[in-house]
Amino acid sequence: MATIRILIVFAVLSGLVAYLVYLERKVLAFMQARLGPMRVGPWGLLQPIADGLKLLLKEDIVPSGADKALFLLAPVISVLAAFTVFAVIPYANNFLITDVNIGLLLILGISSLGIYGIILGGWSSNSHYPLLGALRSSAQLVSYEVAAGIALVGVLLISNSLSMVHIVERQQQTGLWNVFVQPVGFFVYLVAAVAETNRAPFDLPEAESELTAGFHTEYSGFRFALYFLAEYTNMVLVSCIAVTLFFGGWLRPFASVRWLDFLNYGPVAGLIGAGIFVLWLGWKARDTGERGFFKFLGVALIVLGVLVAYPPVLAAVQGIFWFTAKMLLFLYAFIWYRGTFPRYRYDQLMNVGWRWLIPLALANLIATALVLYFISPHAGLGSG
Amino acid sequence: MPEATFLDANELVINMGPQHPATHGVLRVILKLDGEKVVGTECVIGYLHRGVEKIAENRTYQQFAPYVDRMDYVAAVTNGMGYCEAVEKLLGAEIPPRAQYTRMALAELQRIASHLLWLGTHALDLGAMTPVFYTFREREEILKIFESYCGARLTTHAFRIGGLQYDLYDNFERDCRKFCDYFLPKIDEYEELLTTNRIWLSRTKNVGVLSAEDAVGLGSTGPVLRGSGVRWDVRKAQPYEAYDKVEFEVPTGERGDTYDRYLVRVQEMRQSVRIIRQCVERIEPGPIFGKVGKVIKPPVGEVYHSIEAPKGELGYFVVSDGTVTPYRVRVRPPSFVNLQAFDTMVRGHLVADVVAIIGTIDIVLGEVDR
Repeated sequence: MATIRILIVFAVLSGLVAYLVYLERKVLAFMQARLGPMRVGPWGLLQPIADGLKLLLKEDIVPSGADKALFLLAPVISVLAAFTVFAVIPYANNFLITDVNIGLLLILGISSLGIYGIILGGWSSNSHYPLLGALRSSAQLVSYEVAAGIALVGVLLISNSLSMVHIVERQQQTGLWNVFVQPVGFFVYLVAAVAETNRAPFDLPEAESELTAGFHTEYSGFRFALYFLAEYTNMVLVSCIAVTLFFGGWLRPFASVRWLDFLNYGPVAGLIGAGIFVLWLGWKARDTGERGFFKFLGVALIVLGVLVAYPPVLAAVQGIFWFTAKMLLFLYAFIWYRGTFPRYRYDQLMNVGWRWLIPLALANLIATALVLYFISPHAGLGSG
Repeated sequence: MPEATFLDANELVINMGPQHPATHGVLRVILKLDGEKVVGTECVIGYLHRGVEKIAENRTYQQFAPYVDRMDYVAAVTNGMGYCEAVEKLLGAEIPPRAQYTRMALAELQRIASHLLWLGTHALDLGAMTPVFYTFREREEILKIFESYCGARLTTHAFRIGGLQYDLYDNFERDCRKFCDYFLPKIDEYEELLTTNRIWLSRTKNVGVLSAEDAVGLGSTGPVLRGSGVRWDVRKAQPYEAYDKVEFEVPTGERGDTYDRYLVRVQEMRQSVRIIRQCVERIEPGPIFGKVGKVIKPPVGEVYHSIEAPKGELGYFVVSDGTVTPYRVRVRPPSFVNLQAFDTMVRGHLVADVVAIIGTIDIVLGEVDR
């Protein structure tokens, strides 16, 4: 069973990452008064596949003077580290690969390994720009991981557990998402997460306008794609962690409020809404083929939505729907930041990290610990 | 020989450009770095040298006019305006008011277009990718007006020695007013994205500070000089065309950092809108050509004439030997002179500031190299 689940997660994740790139290009485009990819397939829907194929077919260049073994290995490390962590994320109460009692520790440990991919990639390229880019990212990732780690400890204290499943269940019991108990912790984690994934406004390691492409300047073809894959997978990962730890994982909003039970029909509404939107696109489309495709897709989505309304099915998809919806909101925010903010400078980034985020996270941790100690010594530090 | 620096580490020498996304063309900067700190720079220019000044000696006065459009190719109208005025000064020709106000309106539109291009690319260099699409959207409207006027969008060749290339098209005034009404709220939009943005502030404030003395000493002009707090604008100081008859203000900065230069340029766009509105009001029917004769053959003599181009003081020194071709044309390009302040501005800053400072000088390599 576990093997099948792993395959499902891997397949869905790869597809999600590919279409996340598409989503990013589309959302950014609409923010910037343009259309984004429109050529490959209806509304450019096949663009990720075309891009992937193109990268697969490109030559895999190894620069002369590079440390070949490390150069070839580095992107693989990044991707492996990013993907492995998904083993302990609880996507729903009825769908998870595994639940280990050191889940969060495992996540922090393995995702930190990803940085080796960046450092080794930059160093083994034997070129100035990648080296500078790699130096920047190593400093950046290490300092922000500290902040993120400390911010997460606050959640640990409240939940009294490292198991991801238990952390969600705890939020179910108290009927309160951790974000309301740990707003400061969440804020610190959010900022640190953006920085850790090298996304704007902290995308220094790949500051195009200064260091051309940062640590992966010398990479081409599919090895470049691997770095790309790792970056976007990491985005999904930090979104998943944020959802699990702070936003109640698979729980629907206000899960303990009875009179809001109609929210359980969220999946139905979501699918039908998407179907109507796609139908509207089809109605507007000029090209006959496109119109047919969108109408078919829209109707299919609506039919699916109606099918999901059947109670056993509804109960089954409940968790995964809310998890995905919350995660997508985070991913949207990532794209939104990129469309809005200029880029921090290296020293300013360090300032923000060490002089603001880490003290803030520490203060939050100490305050949480103290409150827990005085309010309920048995549930807090006392019981260990 | 590498000099000994902090921690006795060797200097890292990085070559930036000529093919680099943030050097705005083919500028090549050799950076000497101590870690990420810049300890020295050397600009290598000339990759876009086309010998424009030498070409002038083999062309008639009118034939040379299109060449000046190719210097600052994002502000062709003002280039042409400066050259035409220089030759007119040599000829002692009077330009009718209709031509004068048209020239001013077009030149101010060009100033806005040039500043928009600068704002978009500058923000892009600092990692804000959205403003560039907004500014290009508005710049497009200006280029449409140019296209309606003379058929060209970039290298317009809009003017002739003695007046205009073409008379105005029917709806020119309406288009200009429409653009002004449309454009002012857009400036607020850009400011909303950037002016109070914390990251933008931290990236531009106290970066690339150029004191007023340094700015004057290095011969900087235009927004670079005014950002340092020196109120010098050729349009006010030595009015040409009819700039003494229109009302506008000269915005200046205080500290002379990148942020002040940003504010100055944004304010200049507002002032340009003001000038365009006044010019369009005053365009009246009348001749578009002064008395210059069919063959332009200035008397023996020399003249220096400068105008306020979007990037600073653009000067032409024209020497006539009494024939139909100039004996010598020398151009004082604002970008080239402003670029000399680069080293002063950048010393002690970080690599990331290099692109901010290249951006804030607002250079066009076509003009630097000529």
